[in-house]
Amino acid sequence: MNVTPNLYTRRRIINSAGLTISVLAMLFGLFWLCWILLTLLNNGLPALGPAVFSQMTPPPGSDGGLLNAIAGSLMMTLVGTLIGTPIGILAGTYLAEFGQRGWMAPVTRFINDILLSAPSIVIGLFVYEIYVIRTQHFSGWAGAMALSILVIPIVIRTTENMLRLVPSTLREAAAALGAPQWKVINFVTLRAARAGIITGVLLAVARISGETAPLLFTALNNQFWSKDMDQPMANLPVVIFQFAMSPYEDWQNLAWAGALLITISVLTLNVMARVLFRQSATTH
Amino acid sequence: MDIDTIANPKLIVKNLNFFYGNYCALKDINLSIAEKMVTAFIGPSGCGKSTLLRTFNRMYQLYPKQKATGEILLDGVNILDAKQDLNMLRAKIGMVFQKPTPFPMSIHDNIAFGVKLYENLSKHDMEARVEWALRKAALWDEVKDKLKQSGTGLSGGQQQRLCIARAIAVKPKVLLLDEPTSALDPISTAHIEMLIDELKEDFTIVIVTHNMQQAARISDFTAYMYLGDLIELGKTNNVFTNPKRKETEDYITGRFG
Repeated sequence: MNVTPNLYTRRRIINSAGLTISVLAMLFGLFWLCWILLTLLNNGLPALGPAVFSQMTPPPGSDGGLLNAIAGSLMMTLVGTLIGTPIGILAGTYLAEFGQRGWMAPVTRFINDILLSAPSIVIGLFVYEIYVIRTQHFSGWAGAMALSILVIPIVIRTTENMLRLVPSTLREAAAALGAPQWKVINFVTLRAARAGIITGVLLAVARISGETAPLLFTALNNQFWSKDMDQPMANLPVVIFQFAMSPYEDWQNLAWAGALLITISVLTLNVMARVLFRQSATTH
Repeated sequence: MDIDTIANPKLIVKNLNFFYGNYCALKDINLSIAEKMVTAFIGPSGCGKSTLLRTFNRMYQLYPKQKATGEILLDGVNILDAKQDLNMLRAKIGMVFQKPTPFPMSIHDNIAFGVKLYENLSKHDMEARVEWALRKAALWDEVKDKLKQSGTGLSGGQQQRLCIARAIAVKPKVLLLDEPTSALDPISTAHIEMLIDELKEDFTIVIVTHNMQQAARISDFTAYMYLGDLIELGKTNNVFTNPKRKETEDYITGRFG
């Protein structure tokens, strides 16, 4: 072998330079993430007592917790997910399994991509315009509706991507047994993509559980305990927004506690999604 | 060509042309597949042997840009006819693919899946059918204690035999094998070749293979294809020892391909 020393040295230098830049970029990202997490823990942990989970949001100057906001967030996230998931899975299945023919699928995909990157405040305003103004009051339903509009494009995208990962030979094998297309999709392809689709739903839940802007115009807030989805509804992001901007120290502390709660739950959802997806990757 | 030499054809192909978009992949194919015999398609990559196989159960119809013209008669009925029910056709003509394709469900359910589509069996009868198919595919002894486990957990050779069991469980008339052993080790391959030999008692078998020795070992008839043309079809013995066409001889003696 005839090695040109210059070329070899050059390649080694470029290699180590590239590696250094990559590591620096990673450290840069990690630095901010750690800083955010540490600040959150530092300020949020002391404020996180049993009262946070057992008492309502207080007026300024008195003790209280976040119970109504936690419950409101859970309810609206749940309803938003329950509305958005079936629509998203059905539409994603259409795009992946029936989207070869005609113009419907490419157009839907394009619109979905726009929806996916639409600023959430626009979606909040949209629901405000079509629902809140007509009913003349803010409500939990409106909040859940805005959240479901955020869920739909995420679930569509992941469902389509996950179904496309299913090898076409599996579809052919099922069709070769004489199975009609709906049975192939229901019992074979969707089942093969199940873990990936659940991962997508979890990521969508993680995404909407921290959204403030769409709730600001729809659910608004509620100082009191309310299970009525037809009334304005307390929720963590808006409470954090309101309390953090206030001059009262006990409100600010509650905002820290709420921020910590949201971050932990989003982190947990993300980790769950990753573990689930990794498991599915090893079994297939 | 050799249509007349095959006494009892199960499938008769007449003037078959096949198109991927505008590209003509099969040119005016005429041949017959003998009942309860093994017919092998050989030829270099891209010669159209898999394409021809996939017209027999109209698998190509999953893809909008592919189409076939001409006639394929199964027991005298033209299956390329637009009125032919596709699912019914595929229940009659089973297929096993190059890569094992176990469904993401238990071994038992893998086999029951196809049966349930067309037959309403009691639980007991279904269990009997599953056992029958697994025994036919020489897999029963290896999996009888783990029928509830996932089919994806089996080894490659076992998965492929599971796919064969799944295909014969619906009791098709014809079994199409598309390079069924090319992803397997020699021992699994030997298993499956023995299996094919037994299966031809009940089924008409068409196999596509890259491996000429395999065609020589297991088939009764061999068809040599090249660039979308059927060059020669005859008794396997004759094709390999005394080919009628120069092209066939060049290919099987390794002077080409």
